Amino acid sequence: MDKNINIKVRVWRQAGPKAKGYFETYELKNIFQGASFLEMMDILNEQLIAEHKDPIAFDHDCREGICGMCSMYVNGHPHGPDSAITTCQLHMRKFNDGETITVEPWRSHAFPVIKDLMVDRGAYDKIMQAGGFISVNTGGVPDANAIPIPKAKADEAMDAASCIGCGACAAACKNGSAMLFVAAKVSQLALLPQGKVEAAKRAKAMVAKMDELGFGNCTNTGACAAECPKSVSLTNIARLNREFLAAKFQD
Amino acid sequence: MWLTDSSIGRKFVMSISGLFLVLFLLFHASMNLTLIFSEDAYNWICEMLGANWYALIGTGVLALGVLVHFAFAIVLTYQNRKARGNDRYAVETRQEGVDWASKNMLALGIIVLGFLVLHLANFWFKMQFQELTGLKTGAFDPQNGAAYVKYLFTGLYDPAGIQEGYEFSPMANWLHPVYCILYLVWLCALWFHLSHGVWSALQTMGMSNTLWLNRIKVISIVVATIIVGMFAAVIVYYLGMFVGANCF
Repeated sequence: MDKNINIKVRVWRQAGPKAKGYFETYELKNIFQGASFLEMMDILNEQLIAEHKDPIAFDHDCREGICGMCSMYVNGHPHGPDSAITTCQLHMRKFNDGETITVEPWRSHAFPVIKDLMVDRGAYDKIMQAGGFISVNTGGVPDANAIPIPKAKADEAMDAASCIGCGACAAACKNGSAMLFVAAKVSQLALLPQGKVEAAKRAKAMVAKMDELGFGNCTNTGACAAECPKSVSLTNIARLNREFLAAKFQD
Repeated sequence: MWLTDSSIGRKFVMSISGLFLVLFLLFHASMNLTLIFSEDAYNWICEMLGANWYALIGTGVLALGVLVHFAFAIVLTYQNRKARGNDRYAVETRQEGVDWASKNMLALGIIVLGFLVLHLANFWFKMQFQELTGLKTGAFDPQNGAAYVKYLFTGLYDPAGIQEGYEFSPMANWLHPVYCILYLVWLCALWFHLSHGVWSALQTMGMSNTLWLNRIKVISIVVATIIVGMFAAVIVYYLGMFVGANCF
């Protein structure tokens, strides 16, 4: 049964990108375990505002696990200790009475802190702009069944497309590598006939942009897939490697 | 050049050089294994792989392989630490399903390389180098490698096997089992390095999918166990011989 718990929250505070960050611990009383983690953060912020203190900045939007905006590193895990969920889907019943919860921002060279727990994930957008698209002619809407696609391929593409670009992979990776993200985005298109036309160009452009933005080199530890809120598989990375190597050997 | 300029290119070089070294290890381990069955067979190999031109080319290519693998490892690790950023997480956890070895490949590699220096001083310097330069760096004829291996790990030797003109003074008896243990520790580090390295190399080369991911992980463990098992069998065989000669 869910009950009310008293907790301490140890939060990373950082006034701005250049400011020096530090941890500050706050006490919270009577937090209902049925509350979500972000609701707990809201309660904490209301408490801070009532005390005339600066509330904690954190990213959030849809709060139903599909937008990829929330981004906290809770007790050593991106999106908290539960598996296959985003921070907004994390509930306080995962924590015990009297527990100290450590909340940090994503830490990666390519994701600089904006303020407190908020980081700039614009790097992922730039990678998408480099090649995460297909070109189609405008005009009449083609029939949906005009191009036959095997069910297995469609499923795999859909699984890759479930990536919400939250950045947990790069945040969890000891190498600060964005390979799982890029692999998911390349795979979802490479698996389908519509994506084949620009496949070689896409793999090269997105990998080049990823390297340029300062993400690390993948060493296949698998931490990304283990922490991914959408359980995107490590096999996508092998596909990206295949696509990239094939494109380079073709040149 | 994309092999050095792109992240996947650099990883590809790591994979190729790593798999090349794995093949060499398989070759080396099978040769060692002959020591258990026939010392003559081992000596025949010593003769064949002495200072011949093909053995020298092989050694050169091998050294290049080690050098490339190590140089790229240093560069990759440096870049990865930079990519991680200056701020480290206050709470670090290990995720379920993430091998310990996979996060410590550089450390394991350095351990392997450190012991490699000892190994080269122990064997290469006293065998191929001796044959190459004609200097008597070891007590035994390089083409009588089996006698030297046996001496190093057990302390047992035939005085007739000592080369003429070499002032031989036996090392302290306790050093022999210490060498055995050191080599076994080395092999442990190698096992962990290979258990991740083999499948990671295959994955980097794109040889993985939902079906094969688990298979290549198993292949990795099997290859690591075969290689380390063959090497370790020889050491354990000699350790047993030492115990037999000194404790009974």
